[in-house]
Amino acid sequence: MSFSAARPLDPWRWIGVPALLCAGFTILFASPVRVWGLQLPEPIFPLICAFGWAVIRPSIIAPFTLLLLGCFLDLFWGGALGLWGVSLLVAYAGTLFMRNMMTGQSRPMMWAWYAGVCAAALATGYLITMLDVRAAPSLIAVFWQFLATSLLYPFAHRLIDRFDDADVRFR
Amino acid sequence: MPLRQDPFGELKVPLTWTAAVALIVAVIIGAAMLLSDRRETFQTEAYGAARQAVDTVSAPVGGVVAKPGEWTGDIMGWLGSYTFTASENRRLKRELVLLRQQADEAVRLKDENERLRAVLGIRTDPPIDMVTARVVADSRGPLANYRLASAGSEAGVMVGFPVLSERGLVGRVVGVARGASKVLLLTDAASRTPVMIDRTNARAILTGDGGPNPRLDYLRGREPIRAGDRVLTSGDGGVLPRGLPIGRVVKGLDGRWRVALDADSGAIDWVRIMKFRDYAQLVDRKALEQTYLPPVITENPDDRIIRTPTPAPKPATPAASSPTPASPARPAAAPPGGGR
Repeated sequence: MSFSAARPLDPWRWIGVPALLCAGFTILFASPVRVWGLQLPEPIFPLICAFGWAVIRPSIIAPFTLLLLGCFLDLFWGGALGLWGVSLLVAYAGTLFMRNMMTGQSRPMMWAWYAGVCAAALATGYLITMLDVRAAPSLIAVFWQFLATSLLYPFAHRLIDRFDDADVRFR
Repeated sequence: MPLRQDPFGELKVPLTWTAAVALIVAVIIGAAMLLSDRRETFQTEAYGAARQAVDTVSAPVGGVVAKPGEWTGDIMGWLGSYTFTASENRRLKRELVLLRQQADEAVRLKDENERLRAVLGIRTDPPIDMVTARVVADSRGPLANYRLASAGSEAGVMVGFPVLSERGLVGRVVGVARGASKVLLLTDAASRTPVMIDRTNARAILTGDGGPNPRLDYLRGREPIRAGDRVLTSGDGGVLPRGLPIGRVVKGLDGRWRVALDADSGAIDWVRIMKFRDYAQLVDRKALEQTYLPPVITENPDDRIIRTPTPAPKPATPAASSPTPASPARPAAAPPGGGR
């Protein structure tokens, strides 16, 4: 038995499966359900991956997968092509840049970091939309989407918790 | 072996740098996509094959995913109607009294309208065909507000057609695929709709911003609006027909005039797509393009020029190959377009 600290992660397990789950939940939450006048929220599920993947370790596949997920969101939701791709990559880059500061933080603190990353992604999307349609989207509507996405941190925590120790080179 | 000489330590830097390069390349690709996208033109050709393919796949998938939601809605509706039968009955009776009065008034107005039209000889717009479709997916975020309807090019749906729910205007079609069409909602930040206030006939532009209540921009006139006024499409620009109900005026939290959409007051499971493109569709374009110019009469009867309409091209016949008779020295009729 050879002992190696550099046990590689299986990309399918830590990138492929979460990406597919995010796409699936996006489709599920897009169903036009309305009960007593209330609709389902529309959180940005791929932000879980953008945050989690960057915290786990740097990767070559992750940015391109995020770009693909962003394209899927643009085509499915009807936004400008590249809008969510760039926004997710901004979130990923921000997290990757600050992951040394995040390491070892408590769960509430990581939640705050995650919320900050969500805010950065939504701010990027807001700016791109503003330039695209030459009008400012409603900040209240943006806040509701931010809130719905921020509440998804437990899923990001689960993703990080599961794969964080798999490759100790990047701890 | 000392830690610094461990090849394990050297692996980290190249992979990190490669990951950084991959990130930069991905961002560049994303930015290039953004710059090359022509979604804002809302033209048929800008709605690319990728969007059509995603819509075609999403429509049946969304239909299946939405089924449990539909069933839940039906159950909730049944429970609600069962629980609130007495209060609903009282409300319906009140509405019935009002509607009877309105129906009497409508009969009187219809009769008066027909008489006046007959006197003035006005031709009204012909009825416009509609396609009924089910909403299978719904994006309601602040940056994009679209719905995917389950009728597409096979049902004759085209880009630009207005979409209505059972209560009012929902938006318009901006993309068509086989079996699906994408509807830009009035609430989308890219949506601009010319509207009028029913009470004062004042014009405005209904501007979406991703929120539930689009705002009224470019309002003209002194006191043109007050809370509760009905808002209808104005038909200006010919994009939408005039008089489609949109909603009622409300004062927003930001102090701006906004519209509470009629379409929001009920479940939008089904929509009607109106086969209306613009006013050019409603007229006989061939008849409009044919020109009948009056003859030019001069004092000299030999100089009379009679302009005739352009004859339709005839198919080649054996008779056409026969030699034409010699033309007179002074023709009585000049060829079309050859007149003075």
